[in-house]
Amino acid sequence: MAPSRADARPVFATGRGAGRPAAARFRAALDAALRIANIVCMLLLVCVFALPFAWMISTSLKTLPETMRFPPDWIPDRPVWSNYADAWNSGPFPKYFLNSLIVSSGILVLQFLTIIPAAYAFARFRFPGRGLLFGLVMATLMIPPQLIFLPVYLMLSDWKLLNTHFALILPFASSAFGIFLLRQSFLQTAGELIEAARLDNAPEWKIMIRIMAPLARPVLATFALFSFISHWNDYFWPLVMTTNESARTLPIGIAKIRETEGTATWNVLMAANVMLAVPVLLAFFAAQRHIIRAFVYSGIK
Amino acid sequence: MARIDLIDVVKQFKGETVIPKLNLTIREGSFTVLVGPSGCGKTTTLRMIAGLERQTSGDILIDGACVNDVEPGKRDVAMVFQNYALYPNMTVRENIEFGLKNRGVPRRERERLVRDICEIVDLTPYLDKKPQSLSGGQRQRVALARAMVKHPKVFILDEPLSNLDAKLRVHMRTELIELHRRLGATFVYVTHDQTEAMSMGDRIVVMHRGEIMQAAAPMELYDDPDNLFTARFIGTPPMNVLPMNLLPNLGTEGEGRAEYVGFRPEHARLLPGSADPPSDGLAIAGSIITRESLGAEHVYQLRTTAGTCFVKQFLRPYAGGDFATAVVPHDRLYFFDGEGRRLRNLRAASRPEPAAAGVR
Ligand SMILES: Nc1ncnc2c1ncn2[C@@H]1O[C@H](COP(=O)(O)OP(=O)(O)O)[C@@H](O)[C@H]1O
Ligand SMILES: [Mg+2]
Repeated sequence: MAPSRADARPVFATGRGAGRPAAARFRAALDAALRIANIVCMLLLVCVFALPFAWMISTSLKTLPETMRFPPDWIPDRPVWSNYADAWNSGPFPKYFLNSLIVSSGILVLQFLTIIPAAYAFARFRFPGRGLLFGLVMATLMIPPQLIFLPVYLMLSDWKLLNTHFALILPFASSAFGIFLLRQSFLQTAGELIEAARLDNAPEWKIMIRIMAPLARPVLATFALFSFISHWNDYFWPLVMTTNESARTLPIGIAKIRETEGTATWNVLMAANVMLAVPVLLAFFAAQRHIIRAFVYSGIK
Repeated sequence: MARIDLIDVVKQFKGETVIPKLNLTIREGSFTVLVGPSGCGKTTTLRMIAGLERQTSGDILIDGACVNDVEPGKRDVAMVFQNYALYPNMTVRENIEFGLKNRGVPRRERERLVRDICEIVDLTPYLDKKPQSLSGGQRQRVALARAMVKHPKVFILDEPLSNLDAKLRVHMRTELIELHRRLGATFVYVTHDQTEAMSMGDRIVVMHRGEIMQAAAPMELYDDPDNLFTARFIGTPPMNVLPMNLLPNLGTEGEGRAEYVGFRPEHARLLPGSADPPSDGLAIAGSIITRESLGAEHVYQLRTTAGTCFVKQFLRPYAGGDFATAVVPHDRLYFFDGEGRRLRNLRAASRPEPAAAGVR
C-alpha cells in the first residue's frame, strides 16, 4: 500500500511539472508582448500630443528663414532666445497676461461659488420643479456660445460692460457641465455622513462646504482644470467682447502679432504661444497631483 | 438622562407599512436593546427617535416633550452608526470637535472636552490622524467619542459592533456596559444578535415585522416569554417547540387550548432509552443525530416522532447509546395557542394511557 502511494506521487508531480513550464512560458511571453504593445501604444499617444508641442518650442527658437526651410530641422542651428523678448515686446503683454489671469481665475471662482450650491441642491433636496430645472440646466449644455453671443453682446453693451473683465467673466459664471459632474458626485456620497453631520448640529451650508465638497475634491480638481484651460485658451469670446487693450487676453494678443507684422513671423508667434502654454501646463501639473491623490484616497476607503 | 416615549407610531415607506403601530417607553437611564431579525424595523425605529426619519403618524416624546417637529441636531441625541460615518476628510480631533464647534462651544472648553473623552476611549495618540489610517476598533472608538463628547441625553447605537471581529466585539461589549454606567445616559442599542442583547441590555425589546413581541428584562424574556417568537428568538440553541397533537400522553389542565408546547434544551435531561422515565415529566424518546461538545456543555440533537429537538447537558456528557429519552419536568413546559400566544394559566398533566408508539 505505502510503496504504491509513494510511487504515484512523483509520476503525478512530473506530469504536472512537464505541463506547467510550457503554460507558464506561454503566459510570460503573452505578458511581455502585452506590456510591449502597451508601451508602444502609449508612446504613439505621447507622440500625437507631444510632437506639435515640441515643434512649437523648436520653431520658437529658430530664425525666420529657418522656419521656412524644407525639409524642416528639429533642432535650430543656434537657439534664438531673443524671439521671446520680441514676442513679449510686440504688444502690451504683461497687460494681456494679467487680463487672462483675472478672467480665467475670476470665472473659476464664480463657477465654484455657483455650481457647488446648485449641484448640492439638485442632489439633496426635493422641491417642486426640480426635474424641470435640472433639465433646463442640462439643455444649456447643448447651446454653443456662437449661437447666443449676439444677444449677450447687446445686453453687455446696454450695461456698458464691453471691454471690461465682466464681459469676459459673467457669461461663464456658472457651468452646466460642472453642475452635472458635481451632482453625480454628491449623489454618491453616503447619506449617513450627512445624517451624522445633521446630528452634530451642522447647518446645511456647513455640510456642503465641510463634508460634501471635500469628498468631491477629485471632481472639483478635474473640473477646475478643464475650466481653467478652456477659458485661458478661449479666443472667440474675448475677440468678440473686446475692442481695445483694456480687457484683452493673451490669445487675442498673440493673434495680433501675426496681423501687425505684415509677413507672419512664425518664430516670434511660437515663442508667444509657448508663453501662453506655460501657465496651462502649471495648472495641469498642480491639478494632476490633486486628482491622483484624491483618487488614491477614495480607493483606500 | 431622558425617557423616550413612542406613542402609536406608524411608519410607511411609499405606502408599504414597515411599522404598523408601535407603543414603547424607554426608561430614563436604561440600557434598552432593540433586537429582532434583520428587516424588522429596528433601524427605522432608531432613526425616528433621532429625527432622521419622520414617522407617518404618532408621537415621539423625549423627556415628556413632543419632538415630532424638532430637528435631529436639537433633540440632544447622539447616534453611533453601523459604518461609523466618520468624516473622512477630517482628523480624529476634528471629527470629535465638529459637533461642539457647531454649538459654539469656546475653544478652551472644546480642547478640555476632547482631551477628557480621548482619555476615556484611548484615542489620545491618534488625535491628528485621519480615520482612513485607523483600525476598525479605533474607528469605532472615534465614533463613540464623537457621540459622547456632546454629553447627550440619549445615545443611539445601531449595530455598532457588527463590523468588528469576534474577540474585539466581546471586549467592546463590556466597554459599552461600563460606559453606560459611567455616563448614566439613556442608551438605545440595536442588534440582531440575541446573545449581544442578553449580555448588554437591562431591558430588551424583541421586535418582529415592525411589532413589539415583548419588552422585558433579559431573564424575564428567557424565563417567561409572552409568545412563541420571543421564546424561540432568545436562547441558543433556541427553545424546542413541538405540536401538542403529536404528544398524546401530555395533557393540560386550566384555561385555554394549547397547540404547542415548548421547553428549553437546558431544562431537558437525557436518559438512556431503556431507563424508566420519571412520571412527573414529559418524556420524549428518539434517536440522537448530532452530538456537539463545548467542554462544559454538550448539545444533542434528538429526532423524535414529534419533531427534532435539542437537549443541553452540563458538565457530564450523556453516556448512553443513540436511542435516548429526553425528560422535561412539567413545571418547565411552556404552552402556546395556535397564534403563538403564551398560555400562562395552563399546567401540564400526564395522561396515563399508553397510547402512541415512539412516544411514551
Ligand atoms: N428608506 C427606505 N425606503 C423604503 N423601505 C425602507 C427604507 N428604509 C427601510 N425600509 C424597509 O423597512 C424595513 C425595515 O428596515 P430596517 O428598519 O432597516 O430593519 P432592521 O434595521 O431591523 O434590519 C425593511 O423591510 C426595509 O426594506
Ligand atoms: Mg438595521
